[in-house]
Amino acid sequence: MADQSPAMNVVKSFILKEFLPGEDPANLMPTTPLMSTGILDSLATLKLISFLEQEFDIQIEAHEADEEHLETLEAICKLVDSKR
Amino acid sequence: MILHQYLDDAARKWPDKVAVQEAGGSSITYRELRGLSDRLRDRLVKLGVRPGDRVGFWIRKSIEGVATIFGALKTGAAYVPVDPSAPATRNGYILSDCAVAAVVVESRFKAALLSELSGHGAQPAILTIDGIGGGVHLRAALDEEDRRAKAPPAKTAVSQPDDLAYILYTSGSTGKPKGVILTHRNAVSFVEWCSETFAPTLEDRFSSHAPFHFDLSILDIYTCVKHGATLVVVGEEIGKKPELAQLIADMKITVWYSAPSILSLMAQYGKLESRNYASLRLVLFAGEVFPITHLKSLVRQWPHPRYFNLYGPTETNVCTWYEVPKPIPDDRAEPMPIGRVCSHLEGVVIDAEGKTVAKGAEGELCIRGAGVTQGYWNLPEQTRNSFVTFGAAPAYYRTGDVVVEEGGGNFRYLGRKDRMIKKRGFRIELGEIEACLYRHPGIREAAAIALPDDVLGMKVYAHVSCKEGNRLSLIELKTFCSEHIPVYMVPDVFTFHPVLPKTSTDKVDYQTLKARSQA
Repeated sequence: MADQSPAMNVVKSFILKEFLPGEDPANLMPTTPLMSTGILDSLATLKLISFLEQEFDIQIEAHEADEEHLETLEAICKLVDSKR
Repeated sequence: MILHQYLDDAARKWPDKVAVQEAGGSSITYRELRGLSDRLRDRLVKLGVRPGDRVGFWIRKSIEGVATIFGALKTGAAYVPVDPSAPATRNGYILSDCAVAAVVVESRFKAALLSELSGHGAQPAILTIDGIGGGVHLRAALDEEDRRAKAPPAKTAVSQPDDLAYILYTSGSTGKPKGVILTHRNAVSFVEWCSETFAPTLEDRFSSHAPFHFDLSILDIYTCVKHGATLVVVGEEIGKKPELAQLIADMKITVWYSAPSILSLMAQYGKLESRNYASLRLVLFAGEVFPITHLKSLVRQWPHPRYFNLYGPTETNVCTWYEVPKPIPDDRAEPMPIGRVCSHLEGVVIDAEGKTVAKGAEGELCIRGAGVTQGYWNLPEQTRNSFVTFGAAPAYYRTGDVVVEEGGGNFRYLGRKDRMIKKRGFRIELGEIEACLYRHPGIREAAAIALPDDVLGMKVYAHVSCKEGNRLSLIELKTFCSEHIPVYMVPDVFTFHPVLPKTSTDKVDYQTLKARSQA
């Protein structure tokens, strides 16, 4: 597995804590599908976006709050990186 | 018309016709059945039973059981059958709850019954029969009592149509069974609908497959007796086995009525094509959805009878009906509709707010009319909550079932009201979520409940127990679910239990799960 950047670790911890209580962290991988599996439902997605904007001091557009941009840890980090 | 009048009329018109036949070969004529029920009436009155009382009985399927029903009715009492194979605690609760004045019980159940009754402080008169078969044991018990002190002949009660005729207990969501009270009018209006719809004749031979505590028995017993036909009693044991198929052929049953499960079993294992079922003219089924695969198979193996899907809770007896068109197209995947409301009743469909829905929209089916119960024994609040009124018009009973009217005017059954929810505009059937979870190899038990949520509207909680270990990966579970059900149906919260909590009748205890989910 590729090294996880500090940003990815931060996002991963947030998702585990907020949406996957009791889950073994090893199960959440950079390419684990999150939205299409119901792990992130629409409410969770809003919370995630709020967190990303605050944590990384970025703005996420409405059209970026979708499966294409938020489906995996990898995709999320790619979105975050593109804003910094 | 009152129920025991059917017997006395039949005995007058067809005294020597066989009224009831048992699989073992014993039988009783209408004249004899009238006589036996009269004798029991006399004994019950001597034991203190008065019009308006309740008379319980704990007797397996038999001529003794049928005679007891009519004997109890003739005192002007309501009969209360208990499930012969239910635990004594349940039966004791039922008989104490409605304060029976007397119980007719088979000796094998007597000790357990007495023990339970005394626990409730109940002391009804007890008449014990030492077995079942042919009515012989009831006759013997009455002879024995007469030897001790003869029971003077009593008059058969002239009951009013709105007098209680029987109480059937059904499982309550709180865990305690509740007694549905039913009058002579409730039963007679239904029996008259049966006469119109099925045109029974003297030559008919009706199965008596259902236990006496199930309302299918109302069609069996009273439609049969009204028309002077023969009732063929099917015992509890054979009633659950594919070998029943042999009995139906041997006894030349003409009208079969049961829940679908035994029919599915016979369609698969009954070797139906190997026997002569020329006599069978009607197959009626009710009580649950008949899986279409097995219905198709049954109709293929028994092509000539007419088939009817009958629907209705105990509170209304049958309230909708549908004749199955034959042959059933091979590619049909949907279960049969429940059909139209019976002519002696009226139905409406209401939404969650209690307003009637537009034609073709889904909602809860509500029924009123002569066949509908007045309510539950000694449960005024539950009774009140089960009815809906529109202005000053007579109330409708809420079935708790969600239906939708289709193009042809037939209702399609969608599911239980409390098991269907709306989440973000999508309809979710909780049973479907459970079925999905049960497909997961690591899950042993699964139960889905839904509770209102300020943010989500409705939140779905899945409670599961695992085959191995304490829990499974949430990621893996949600991923699995998303591969079988739409993503909006994937549960919001998963809770792992070593074993799911159960009720006294060994079903998943949804009430407890709901309470725990809220905590």
